[in-house]
Formats: sequence, structure tokens, C-alpha cells
Amino acid sequence: MSHYIFILVGAVLVNNVVLVKILGLCPFMGVSKKLETAYGMGAATTFVLTLATGSSYIIDHFLLIPFGLEYLRTLSFIVTIAAIVQMTEMVIAKTSPTLQQTLGIYLPLITTNCAVLGVPLINIAYGYNFVESLLFGAGSAIGFSGVLILFAAVRERIEGADVPRHFRGSAIAMITAGLMALAFMGFAGLDKYQ
Amino acid sequence: MLNKLFKFYGGVKPPSNKTLSNALPIVQAPLPSRLVVPLHQSIGGMPRPVVQAGERVLKGQLIGQADGWLSAAVHAPTSGTVLEVAMHVRPHVSGLDSLCVVIEPDGQDEWIAHGPPDIATMSPADICNYLQQHGVVGLGGAGFPTHGKLTATPAVPMAELIINAAECEPYITCDDLLMRERADDIVRGIAVFRDMLKPQSVIIGVEDNKPEAIAAMRAAVDAQNEAFSVVAVPTLYPAGGAKQLIRVLTGKEVPGSMRSTADMGVQVFNVGTAYAAWRAIGHGEPLISRIVTLTGNVRQAHNVEALIGTPMNELLQLAQPHPDTDGIIMGGPMMGFLVPNESAPIVKTSNCLIAHSERLFPPKAPEMPCIRCGACARACPHELQPFELYWHARAKDFGKTQQYNIFDCIECGCCSFVCPSRIPLVQYFRFAKSEIWAREREKKAADEAKTRFEFKQFREEREKTEKAEKLAKAAAAQAAKKAAEAAAAAAAAGDAGDAPVADKAPDVAVDPAQAAKKAAIEAAMARAKAQREAAQVKNTDDLTPEQAKAMADIEARRQQAGIAEPATTTETKPE
Amino acid sequence: MDILLAIAIMALGAVVLGAALGFASIKFKVEGDPLVEKIEAILPQTQCGQCGYPGCKPYAEAIAKGECDINLCPPGGMEGVQRLADLLGREVKALEAEEKPKQVAIIDENTCIGCTLCIQACPVDAIVGAAKQMHTIIAQQCTGCELCLPPCPVECIHMEVIPETLDNWKWKFPVIEIKSAPAKEAA
Repeated sequence: MSHYIFILVGAVLVNNVVLVKILGLCPFMGVSKKLETAYGMGAATTFVLTLATGSSYIIDHFLLIPFGLEYLRTLSFIVTIAAIVQMTEMVIAKTSPTLQQTLGIYLPLITTNCAVLGVPLINIAYGYNFVESLLFGAGSAIGFSGVLILFAAVRERIEGADVPRHFRGSAIAMITAGLMALAFMGFAGLDKYQ
Repeated sequence: MLNKLFKFYGGVKPPSNKTLSNALPIVQAPLPSRLVVPLHQSIGGMPRPVVQAGERVLKGQLIGQADGWLSAAVHAPTSGTVLEVAMHVRPHVSGLDSLCVVIEPDGQDEWIAHGPPDIATMSPADICNYLQQHGVVGLGGAGFPTHGKLTATPAVPMAELIINAAECEPYITCDDLLMRERADDIVRGIAVFRDMLKPQSVIIGVEDNKPEAIAAMRAAVDAQNEAFSVVAVPTLYPAGGAKQLIRVLTGKEVPGSMRSTADMGVQVFNVGTAYAAWRAIGHGEPLISRIVTLTGNVRQAHNVEALIGTPMNELLQLAQPHPDTDGIIMGGPMMGFLVPNESAPIVKTSNCLIAHSERLFPPKAPEMPCIRCGACARACPHELQPFELYWHARAKDFGKTQQYNIFDCIECGCCSFVCPSRIPLVQYFRFAKSEIWAREREKKAADEAKTRFEFKQFREEREKTEKAEKLAKAAAAQAAKKAAEAAAAAAAAGDAGDAPVADKAPDVAVDPAQAAKKAAIEAAMARAKAQREAAQVKNTDDLTPEQAKAMADIEARRQQAGIAEPATTTETKPE
Repeated sequence: MDILLAIAIMALGAVVLGAALGFASIKFKVEGDPLVEKIEAILPQTQCGQCGYPGCKPYAEAIAKGECDINLCPPGGMEGVQRLADLLGREVKALEAEEKPKQVAIIDENTCIGCTLCIQACPVDAIVGAAKQMHTIIAQQCTGCELCLPPCPVECIHMEVIPETLDNWKWKFPVIEIKSAPAKEAA
């Protein structure tokens, strides 16, 4: 039991996919201007990531390994992720067109989100079984969403602040992200005794 | 009788500076050189002027008729001649003009025939109408027409009638002196309100830094055998705010969204308003004067009974301002403003004039960044978060300011008073509020424009289809007629040679018609051009003597008829 | 043999996913475009045509399609550009044309000939009048679009800036912004 808790905590905090593993920075920087879009993007990515982890594991274990096609991993993972993202896009377009418009190009770009491809590959590298993979995937997604929302909140406050002219926009956002990454280093060692 | 008192959140204790002006009795101000009475002196519609230049008016005569339910009449403060009804500077922080009636006093101060009405025969609606016609408005600062607050909400029983005699702002002592000297009339006025609203209890709230006033009011209440309670509330700014006083005296907290406190069974009136109401109901006198505190950088700070419309600089002279006075503040130091033009007149809501000098009011230190100390939130009597409102107002994010309830702010100034970074918080909130109102106006105008545009497009479509239908019908009728004619012609002559000629004739006929049309249009344009030339003013410099004399004759006739102003230019006169 | 197996499995995966997507695209079909209404709500409804489109709705549709830029509307001002940028996630650009203060049109009644050409031109029906009758503009309805000035054959319409009165006076922003002086133009 504690093993699973450590995996979850590790995925959310210690090995946070954005701030420690530095994956998935594109939506992190691009969608975090407003809190509402951050919620939407976090939810979408969580959905995609969890589904992708599950389906990648199944494809890997029941299709690729039995037939000795490990070299097709990247290819098949990307294809599955692309299909899942397309499905998510259609669902969002139907249920919340506003969200689709505000997310803009970043919704289909979840396909190329290195976190979404990276997490299944990390699962395989660590040799996790199905439950562990799912936990790791879900944990990473929660970590991604959490950090995205935190960052969006900070950026909204910075919007109204007196930022020096040459730092406005992306520059102060990068500095803030760096400071957050430094802060998250404080979690190092939390899952040491797994 | 012990009244349980409640506390409201926040508040500050600035130095009161009231002993400057509360030692001397009220003095009747002498007649000024002229009176500039603005017509729009209360919240609501602007009264219409009913006098013209040159007319003689008597003291208390109606000069502005109330326009609509939420409006109050305006009266001449003294007898004299109306000089003009024109735009003059208004006592407003913008320094903009508004329509005023300028009266030159004739020194006789002659009252119009007036007398107390027969209250016994008047219904509540009649009394409301009477108060409106006598210009009684709230004298506490907002100037809300009093008759609008004298009807209880149908479903809610009126529990408390509160008379606001707190006068919490520093420097101001007009209500204090009013209570000391004219307590009897005030109590009679309160009785009038009591009879209109029929509350379960009447509470008069006075701050405890006014012991003489409290004693005078208690004596008057006892003398008239009324059951009003005179309660001393702890001195704390802004205990005199309506919602704060309600909280202190009754414990009720009025939510920001509630338009009228009557929906909670409470109504608040200023003590000066009660006095004015009694002058109207008991003596038939309209509201033409009020007590004004003259204080600040002056030799003799005291209270005067000033006529509405007295220019401020003339009035302040009565208190002998020191030579280094460099401005006049209307109102108190917390909520008042520096008047841009010192010849602006006193209006019904002017309670105090403070002579401003660098010595008394040192210039403010420059604004420094917000350190988020939270002192402003601790001081706000409405439990708002001024630092958040400041942050978003400064970033011009007005949606967020409304999320933080900026319209609940009463601009009391407690937050600016305590800010260690000297940030003028109230200025930011005022800016945000006026921007939000401007945007709402623009949005309304844009929506209207859109509706009209869409209707215009719909109308044009409709006209097009109607025209097409008409044309189709006409063409069908024409075709039918032609067919009938052709049939008749074929039946009669049977000569096919005429047909081509018949076809050509319409073409030739069209050209002369078009040419005639063109000529007509050109003639019309030439006529219009000539008309425009004639309408523009041409030669006014080299006038022949006959022309000049004719113009002088016309001017004289116009002046006699009273439709021209007295000629101030000499352009029309020959050299 | 292995390579054929690999291709077969990938093809199978592609077919399955394609079928799923095709089914989903039919089931989750979206009608209409609510974005246009949102854009239109931001535009000032002057219907002046300065953006190059015949009205605010066509301009909104063009923006939604991505055909044109968001900085073509002078009556909306820089604020309008900012709000469009926030809504669409596009970059804020300076306005193409210059921003003018709010104006209304006024007809000089001495010169008006009652031709009704301006009435037909006004997009919001703000001009009252009939053939050979005096025309007048309802100031509250006038949006300052200036479309009535060209058609008038006697040039009797001119624009007047709306004066600041107590009704539309606004508190000023308490901070005095220090802006760099505008670049000097070549004489």
C-alpha cells in the first residue's frame, strides 16, 4: 500500500512532470494567462494523460511485446495519443465551445505535449505494472494540473503589478516558473523510503 | 433607559478639531452681493426654471419646479431681481457649470405670503407633496429628496426611525450648534417623520463628544412629552454613516445590494433635515438657508446660517481667513474636496467650509508602493479589502473590482487615512467607479445602436420585397394591358407596320425625360447653393449707413421685445 | 514476415482508431459559431465601416474566421483591441487608424434642403425627417460614424465633439503616466 502512495506522491510532487522533469512546458507557458483556461487545460490534459497511460500499457503488453515489436513503441504511442486528443477535442467542442476557443491551438497541441508521451515511456523504463502505471500517469496529470493552476494564479496577480517594462510578458513568467521549480526542489527526498 | 449599542468593524479616530468652531453661537449671515442658486441641488431630475431675467422675486418664491417624483423644488433665498438664468460654476470637484438662477438681492428680504398648512387635513401623500414643493432634501450630504424616504415599504413594518445627529467628521459642528440652539423645532420635525412612518421606536443618535447637544435634545424631547430616545454613541469615524449608525443603534447590518434601508424596517434622516421639515410644515417656509460651519485657517471659526446660493469666498470672509489661505474645502477633511472655483455657491448639501492652508493641511507625501500591511482592511467600516480594490483599479481590471464589491465603498476615507505608503486609495476607487459607469452607458448606447441597425436592415429588406411585389404586379398589369391592346389593335387595323415605330417611340421619349430631369436637378442644386450663400453671414465690416441704421433699428426693436440680450459688442454699430 | 506482421498490426490499430474517430465526429457534431456573438459584443456597434467591412457583424465574422486583424476598429479604441486580444488570445497591436474623440453629427438647418439622402445613409436611423421637410439628427442615437457627411449635396452636416458635462464627467486616473514624447515628424 505504501508503495502505491509513494508512487503517487512521487509523481505529483517529488518528480513533478513540469517543474522537476521539465516536460510539457508548452501548454504550461501558453495557457496559464487566465485561471479559467488553466482549469480547462488541466482537466483536458489529465483526461488525455490517464487514458494514454492506460492504453499505452495495454498496447505495449498485449500487442507490441508478444509480437516483438518494441521498436514501434514511439510510433504506436503517438498514434494512440493523437486519436485520444482528437476525441477530447470533439467532446470539448460540443460541450464547451468557449473553452475550445480560449485554449485555441493548445488543445490539439496536447498531442505533441512531451509529458503525454514521456509518462508512458517512463512507465516502461521503470517497469511498472498496470496499476502502478495508471497511478503514475494519474499522479503526473494531477501534478501537471496543480502546477498549471498555481502558475496561472500567480500570473494573474502579476498582470496587475508594476513589472519593469522589459520584463513584462514572457520574461517575468519564465522567472516565476524558475522560482517555482526551485521551490519544488524542496520536495526532494519525500519518497526516499519507498 | 439603557440602549444596547453594537460595534461596527473598522473606523478611525482622526483628531476632531471641533472645539475650533463650536464655542460661538450661530450667526445670521448678512445678504451677499448676489445669489447664484443652482437648479439641480438634489439627487433626481433637474428642476425646470419658472422665472426669467429681469423678474422680481420675493423671498421663498418658487424659482425651480420639481421635475418628476424624485426631484425637489428650488426657491429664491431672498427678495430681489433675477439677473439671469444661465450656466455658472457649480460646487463640484470637476469645476463644471450647471444651470443657475442668479438673483441680485434688493436688501429688503421680503417674504412671499406663506403660512403653516393644515396638517390635520393632509393625507401622507399630501405631506410628501408639500415637502417636495418646499424643496426639503437630505441635508446630511447626499441631498436625497426627503419625501422619497417617507413611505414605508408595504410588506416590511417600520421598526426604527433613526435621526442621524452623529456628525462624525472632524471640523464640522453645524449639527452640534443646531441641536444646542433649536432643539424644539428639531423634535417637532422628528414628530412629523414619526407620524408619516409610524415606527416602533425613534432613536436620535449623537456622538458622545457633544454633551451640550445631547442635554439640549433630551430637554426638548422631555418638554414635548415624546418617547424618543437620545442615545450617545461612541465617537468613532464614520459612525455618522447611515449604515454604520444603523448597525450601532440597532445591530442590523444593511447589505450592500439593498437599495433602501426601509426594506429592513429602518429609516435614517439627518437632524438638519428634520429641522428643515418642521420649518416647512410648521411655518410654511421652503428650504432656503442652512447652517454652515466656517473653520480651518480662520481667525474666528463659527457657524453661520447662510442663504443657499451665497458664493463661498464671500461667505468665508465672515470668519476672517488668515492671509495664507490658499483654497476652500467644501465638506470635511475626510470626504470633502478642494473647490476648483471659489466663487461657486453654497448649495443645500454644503455643511462646512474649511479654509485651506499649507500650515494646516501639509502637502501629501508622494505615493509609495503598497506593502500589503492590511491596515486599510482593518480600518474599512464596510469590511472591504481596499488593497485588492486598489490593485485591480490600478490595473484597470474593473470586473475584478466589482467582484470585490467596489460599489459598497462609501468613500469615507478611512483607508487612505491609515495607509503608511500614503496611497490615495479613495481616488482610485472613485476613478474605477466612474469608469464602470461610463462603460455601462457606452454599452447601453451600443446595444441601442445595434437594435436600431438591425431594425433598419429588416425595414430595408421589407421595403425591397414590397417594392418587388408592387413592380411584379404592375408589370403583370402592364403586360395584361398590352396584350389586350395588341389584341384590340390586331383586331381593328391588322397593320403590323406600326409595331416597330411603337417600339422605338418609348426609347426616344425616355431621353428627353432624362434630360429634363438632369436639368431640373442642376437647377435645384444651383438654388440650394444660392440659399447657402444667403444663409452664411457675409459682409459685416463695410456697412453702408443705411444698412447700419436698419440693423440698429432692428436691434432696438428686439431689445424692447425682450428677446435679445443687452448688446455687449460694438460690431453692429457704425464707427 | 516480422515486418509484415508489424505493418498489419499498425494498420489494424489505425483502422480501429479511425473508425472510432469517425463515429465520434458524427456523434459530437457542433452547429453554428457562438464566437461571432462574443466578438460582436465587444465591438462598439457604430456600423461606420471604417474597418472596411459593411457593419460590425461582418467584421466580427471576419475576425472569427481569422481573415483580418483585430486592430481595425477606431471607435472601439485601444481598449477594444485589448479586449479582443484577451478573448481570442491574439497579440495586441496598435490601431491602424487614429483614435478620434467621440463626436455627434449636427445638421445646419439653414442650409438643409430636405433631400433625405442622409436619412438613407444613417445605419442606425438617427435622422428624423421626410422629403422636403427639415431633417434633424437625434443626438442620443448618433454614433458618430460620419456616414451621413458624404451623401449630403449641400454639405450641411458637420461633426461636433461631445462636450464634457456633469453627466459624463469622469474621475481621472490618480497616477500621472510619464510617456515618451511622440517622435518628431519630418518637417
